[in-house]
Amino acid sequence: MTTARPGHTEQAGHTEQAGHTEQRVRTRLEPPVGAESGPYWDATREGRLLVQWCLRCDRGIFYPRAFCPYCTGVGGDEVGGPLAWHEASGRATVHAAVVEHRPEAAGALFANGTPYCVALVDLEEGVRMMTNIVGCRPEDVHSGMAVTVCWERLSDGRQLALFRPAEEET
Amino acid sequence: MSREERTARGAAAIVGMIDDVSPTGELDRTGRELEVAMVLGALEDAGLTLADVDGVCHPESAVAFAEYLGLHPTFVESTMTGGSSYEVHLEHAAAAIAAGLCEVVVSVYASTPRSDRTRKRRQPRRGMAGPNPMQEWELPFGLRLPMGPYALAADRHMHEFGTTSEQLAAIAVSTREWAALNPRARYRDPLTVADVLASPLQVSPLHLLDCCLVTDGAGAFVMTSAARARTLRKPPVYVLGAATCTDHMGITQMPDLTTTPGAVSGARAFAMAGLGPADVDVLMGYDSFTITALLHLEDLGFCAKGEGGPFAAEVGLGPGGSLPMNTNGGGLSFTHPGMYGMFLITEAVRQLRGEADARQVDGAEVAVAHGSGMFLSVLSTAVLGTEATL
Repeated sequence: MTTARPGHTEQAGHTEQAGHTEQRVRTRLEPPVGAESGPYWDATREGRLLVQWCLRCDRGIFYPRAFCPYCTGVGGDEVGGPLAWHEASGRATVHAAVVEHRPEAAGALFANGTPYCVALVDLEEGVRMMTNIVGCRPEDVHSGMAVTVCWERLSDGRQLALFRPAEEET
Repeated sequence: MSREERTARGAAAIVGMIDDVSPTGELDRTGRELEVAMVLGALEDAGLTLADVDGVCHPESAVAFAEYLGLHPTFVESTMTGGSSYEVHLEHAAAAIAAGLCEVVVSVYASTPRSDRTRKRRQPRRGMAGPNPMQEWELPFGLRLPMGPYALAADRHMHEFGTTSEQLAAIAVSTREWAALNPRARYRDPLTVADVLASPLQVSPLHLLDCCLVTDGAGAFVMTSAARARTLRKPPVYVLGAATCTDHMGITQMPDLTTTPGAVSGARAFAMAGLGPADVDVLMGYDSFTITALLHLEDLGFCAKGEGGPFAAEVGLGPGGSLPMNTNGGGLSFTHPGMYGMFLITEAVRQLRGEADARQVDGAEVAVAHGSGMFLSVLSTAVLGTEATL
């Protein structure tokens, strides 16, 4: 899979770096369901994007946890919650974005060998998550860009939250 | 009790060290054989033997390694923080020695990813076992590790502060200038900013030559109490300050993509040492990628946040410059077996002993070894000094 580049074959940009080959997958590396994230994944089957919410702090939590990591200094039974799920609008802003120019080195066969964008996006509800920005040229994605959620079906019916440029941007 | 009151400043010293790399990028020995050779070499450098050792550090299992060596240590340390593991070991060993838990501590590293591949050795499985947040929330999007998180930090730094690819490339260029003076470095040919920008984009904005090497490499260091250090073979290199901080594992959880927890570990280590950036003669700052080193310049206080780009391009990080950085040629041009932090320490010791040959920084009295582990996740800073700095 890797094309040797004489002179620089051991730079970390190449899959010869230990740890890269483990992530090779046929299409998507399908995410496991964490102990606390069942409701999130179940909602994706219907195209709903949920954010775990701490009712004490009145703020979103990402990724889902068994307790709120922002409830610091709270003791006794009240530590870390109570927690609920909040349906997100799907609107977000790009915080940082990069383009993978060697999909085979990333084991990302879903990209069919073409460069793709990996981004951190800030949801309107105040949490940051990783995603791919689709529906535009990957090099056109930039920090501050408005995006909106779209979905990619996984093999078990769950859906992966991807984002595309918001209407006003296109 | 304030940090200053419980300081271990100058209580422990590095008294022996060794590292093993080759311009071919490959070593003949591997595994335990190589680890044991490093331990024995570092002890020989100190004028000590295995019988003196009562503390063992190893980022996989200090217990298993102590057993292999036939030691019965009273201090074992298996903290695994990725590339910064050895700075953390140094910090913990200094504290343990100061507290009397042990007297002679050895830390060791050996990794041969390049020859494992070329010689088709069976490689141990790496990576994190079982479901974990990075598998669930980051890896499905094709984020290449370890590069991807660093590329995100670089993109955000460019967006917030106007940092340019040329400024990042300047770090690769000055580091290569040091490598040219090191006969053991993997790459010694001159490099230009244009060369870096012309190398293939990997995860933008990082080019191939913004990335560290993948080579074999090994090393070890020995520490003991200041009192015992003065009786040994080589000039002691004292631990003046040491501190560690972590603020995330996966990059989605990093509080600020442009500020590493090195801003905390650096400030605490300097406070313990009673020194500041202006006192540093040699900076060994973990350079897994050019952006990694740029963030160290800001977070350690050599320049203000956001000014790392112009600073790196103008201050003089290479030979003869005002801030000698990564004088061995760094992870970018010297060696990078995966957890490079060992080589920050061995080179800092060489410089403070005056053993750095053509790349010796004249009159070096204070060196900083600043390790970065995982994905800008765990930063550990050691401020080291000669006898004159006590």
